[in-house]
This record gives sequence, C-alpha cells and structure tokens, in this order.
Amino acid sequence: MLTFKNVSKVYEGGTKAVNNLNLEINKGEFIVFIGPSGCGKTTTMKMVNRLIDISDGEILIEGENIRNKDVVELRRSIGYVIQQIGLFPHMTIAENIALVPKLLKWPEKKRYERAKELLKLVNMDPEYLDRYPNELSGGQQQRIGVLRALAANPPLILMDEPFGALDPITKDNLQDEFKNLQQNLGKTIVFVTHDMDEAIKLADRIVIMRSGEIVQVGTPDEILRNPANEFVENFLGKHRLIGQRENLQTVEQIMYSDPSTITENETLSEAIKIMKDRRVDSLLVVDEENVLKGIIDLEMIDKNKRKNVTISQVMDTSFYTVKQHVLLRDTVHKILRNDMRYAPVVDEDNHLLGIITRASIVSIVYDSIWGDDSNTVLSV
Amino acid sequence: MQTLTELWNYYAQNYTYVWEEFYKHFLMSAYGVLFAAIIAIPLGILIARYGKLSKWVISITNVIQTIPALAMLAVLMLVLGLGANTVIASLFLYSLLPIIRNTYTGILGVDKSLIDSGRGMGMTKFQLLRMVELPLALSVIMAGLRTALVVAISIATIGAFIGGGGLGSIIIRGTNVADGTAIILAGAIPTAVMAVAADLIMGWLEKRLMPGRKQKKSQPRTA
Ligand SMILES: Nc1ncnc2c1ncn2[C@@H]1O[C@H](COP(=O)(O)OP(=O)(O)OP(=O)(O)O)[C@@H](O)[C@H]1O
Ligand SMILES: [Mg+2]
Repeated sequence: MLTFKNVSKVYEGGTKAVNNLNLEINKGEFIVFIGPSGCGKTTTMKMVNRLIDISDGEILIEGENIRNKDVVELRRSIGYVIQQIGLFPHMTIAENIALVPKLLKWPEKKRYERAKELLKLVNMDPEYLDRYPNELSGGQQQRIGVLRALAANPPLILMDEPFGALDPITKDNLQDEFKNLQQNLGKTIVFVTHDMDEAIKLADRIVIMRSGEIVQVGTPDEILRNPANEFVENFLGKHRLIGQRENLQTVEQIMYSDPSTITENETLSEAIKIMKDRRVDSLLVVDEENVLKGIIDLEMIDKNKRKNVTISQVMDTSFYTVKQHVLLRDTVHKILRNDMRYAPVVDEDNHLLGIITRASIVSIVYDSIWGDDSNTVLSV
Repeated sequence: MQTLTELWNYYAQNYTYVWEEFYKHFLMSAYGVLFAAIIAIPLGILIARYGKLSKWVISITNVIQTIPALAMLAVLMLVLGLGANTVIASLFLYSLLPIIRNTYTGILGVDKSLIDSGRGMGMTKFQLLRMVELPLALSVIMAGLRTALVVAISIATIGAFIGGGGLGSIIIRGTNVADGTAIILAGAIPTAVMAVAADLIMGWLEKRLMPGRKQKKSQPRTA
C-alpha cells in the first residue's frame, strides 16, 4: 500500500537525512521505524505526507505517486501524529479530535458524535470533550493526539513517537490500547520510536535505521533471532538476545490451568471454605458459563463478613486479565512492573482458562538467564 | 481649593461642550487606530510570511514613529489642510508600527509544531491562518492595538493646533487666558481618564483573548 523507491532527502546545507530508502509496506501492517536520534525517521515520515519534499526517488500510495496527488487532499487522507503532540490550545478536545472531519466539511453534529465515540475508545469520559488541552495530563493529551489521527478514518496513519514523554505504566497501557485499536480497525500504521521495547511489542515488522539508511527489516522475532550486524545487536541489547526464548512463548503455554474459582452467587462462608481447602488467599469469581466476573480475596471477605451478601456483591471487578495467545514477553513487563501477584488468563469471550502467577514468570526469567538448571531453587 | 471650585464651575457650565470634545477626541483616536489596523494587520501577516520584506517594512514604520508629532501634523497639514482628517491621518501613521510589529511577532510566535500539525492534517494556507495562526496571535495583536490606541489618545491632544478639535482645544483655551489653570485641567483630566480607561479595557480584552484562557471557567473536576 505504501512504497518507497530509492527515496533520498538532502536538506539545504547538505545534510543527507535519508539515503536511497527502499521499502514496501503492506495493507494493515504495523511498521515501526527505529534508530538513534537524527537517523532520519521524522524526515522519512514527513516525506509521506509531503511536509518535506523528496529530493530523489518516489513514494507511492496504492501505486500512485504522491507527487501527482493534491497535497491538501493527500494530507487529509493520512492520519498524522506529530512528535510534539501539537494539540491546538484554543480549541476544545472535541474540536481538536474532529479537526480533519471539519476540514472535510462534515456537519457539526456528526463531528461531535465522532469525537465522543473516539474518546470512548480510549476509556476517557465524554466530559472531556468540552475541556481544553492544557487541562489534560500529558498521557491524556497524547491519547487525544492519536485519536485526532483516527478521526476521519484514514487507511494510513503516520505516528512520530506518539508515546514519547510518558511514564512507563501509562505508556504500557496506551500501547496495549492502541495495538488493540489497530488490530480491530485494520489500519496501516507507520510508527516511529527509539524505544526498542515499544517496537518489539507493537510492530509487525521493524525497520532499523542508521544515518539515513535501512540496516535491517524484519519481524521482531526475525530480528531478535538473526540480528544483521553488530549495530543491530547493540541496539537490541544483550538482555533481549538472551531472553529470546521467553519472548516466543505465549501465555497459554505457561499458565496454570486449574485456578481456584467460585461462582458468583455463592456465599462468603463458602468462599472461605474453598480458600482454606486450597490454601489460597484469593479466588477468581466466574458465572455458570465459566465467564470471569471478578476477584475476591480475604480482605474483602473480612470487611463484609458480618453482612449477609453474595460473592458478586463484594467482589472486585476492576482487574487486569491476559488473553491466551498474548506473547509472554508482552505480559512479563506489565506483571513485574505493576507489582501484580497474578493475572487471570481468558479467551476472546472472557471465559476463564487459567492463571499466571508472578512466581511462574520469575521462574521463566531465571530459566532463560541461567538455562534449564533443574537444581535452581525458586522461592518467591 | 479655588482651582477645584473653578474647575467644577467650568464643567457645570460647559458640560455639553466638554462631552462633545471628549467624544470627538475619542473618535479621532479610534478612527486613526482602526484605519491603521485595516492596513497594518494584513501587512504584518504578509511580512511574517515573506521574511525578506519584514526588515524594510519595520524600518520604514520605525522612522515614521520617530517624527515628532507636531512636525508630522504640520507636514500633513500642508497636504491635507486643516481639520480632523489631518489629525486622523497622522494617528493612522503613528499606529502602524505597533500594530504591524505585534502582528508580525504574534504570527511568528505561534509554535512551529502547531503549524506542522495543522499542515499535516491538510489545512490550506488560508485555513491555517484563520484557524490556527490568527487565533493564537490574537492576544499579541490586541496588545499592539492597545499601545496604538493609548498613544493615539495622547497625540490627538495636539491635533487641536491644526483645528482638529478634541480635548486639546480646551487645553489651548486655558493657555490663552490670563488665569487658565482650571480650564487647562478641565481638558487634561478627561484626556488622562480616556487614556487610562482605554488601556484598562484593551488590557482586559487582551487577556480574554489569550489562547486556552476560556477554560478558566470550568476547573478540572477529576483527580
Ligand atoms: N529542516 C532541516 N534542515 C536541515 N537539516 C535537518 C532538518 N530537519 C532535520 N535535519 C537533519 O536531518 C537529520 C535527520 O533528522 P530527523 O528529524 O529525521 O531525525 P530523527 O530520526 O527523527 O531523530 P529524533 O529521533 O531525534 O527525532 C538530522 O541530522 C537533522 O539534523
Ligand atoms: Mg524525529
């Protein structure tokens, strides 16, 4: 869908920012450009929507040279998230999100509805619609920046370090949200970052660049398995090369498939009994169809034990779950960093399949660092 | 004390006259600034677009600014004759610089990344100006208009010398009589009041137009 043919960019003054770049990007693909600062990532991206003129070579979208397209129409048909977020301070969040639709002359009501719908996508309250950007946190602003690129439903989206200035946890959540969005909406995405974790997590294919040239292109696994040269190896870092095996396993492969559960209409005393029998301090709550409903632990029971209530009335319903086919490497970080003791594993319809615990993850990490040494004693 | 009583008497006897001159004074100043704005704002935008022009335009208006008011009025009088129009013309010339300069800096001061953002989303040049550059430069442009108006109000006082009328003519009357302190004050005080009021009102407007200020009304409610 997007083709670079011998593309070069020389700035006035002679800086050769991009040198003879060749790349074919498929429809629906998530491509991540990565490389050290100044290697030409932003330049490459801006050539696609013609914010920067191409010095040599050509870029084609669906086989058509972008040079032959009307520049304003071209830009309106490509979503663009700039490196600096760039929300307009004098426009409300709704106006910011629905700016391209406005340029495309959608009626006002439809634009507002669209903004509302998008805001829901990233779990933000509709009350934000009438706020101004400086009332939002950095993470919220970055979400709006991303939504703005989605507003007119463009098939191609360019994102220049959209999650740049975020704390690790917010970043992690946004990445998850966004990867889901992308898979559901089937967009083609060109994404720039210099965070390798981010690249591995999001990319279908990674493009590693250095001084304006492509060093290696491949899926995250290909690159992890066969780094093209020392530069790539260093860029990946030793710890990632060691942890490769762990990177390829799915959650399903290591989960414990018989977690302690209880159905939602049971009483608290029944819960206490199961906990005692199984020697655990929390239970996963499911309904008759084995759909995960919540979590209950000793503390919650303790607080409510004098009242005559059922499990479903006291259980905690805001908890983190993992889908069965998710790669382990995407989960490990989150579990370790957020200090979670365990995470339920579910299928697409939220049926409970098993549980992964902090202990099981830690043992995998140890295995991958010190090999399958069965004598290693784990105590967590 | 006596002067105050005289002043009071003067206002009591001549209030319609003083009001007429006050009004006329204000209109001359306002027209001067308004006409200047009509020329200077587009010119400021133009030189912000084409950087090479900016040096020329700003130097020329700078030179205009340094001409003493009386000399300017005298020269313009030779061309345009006596009367309010000549005064307005000179106020127009004096107002050009602050308005052009502020429009220019206001537009250039808009964050580069916002321009990129707007262009990247497919705004035409005109849309970029109307939806991004002008709104974000507005408070700076207003500051220029404010300076221009305050200067215009003070310069308009001299306009009385060439028959332009305004509060200056009351002051001149005061200087022509033997004991005219009260009459001079009768003209000078409203002039000062007008200048201060204009400054305050324009300053308030300027603040109102600051980008991202409107939201002060609704404080964030979530933690
Ligand atoms: N407008 C410009 N004029 C001249 N040189 C430029 C211009 N913009 C970028 N460059 C140069 O081109 C090279 C590539 O810049 P680019 O912005 O594409 O890097 P990047 O990979 O996006 O870096 P970063 O990760 O820091 O954002 C750099 O050496 C930079 O100095
Ligand atoms: Mg960059």
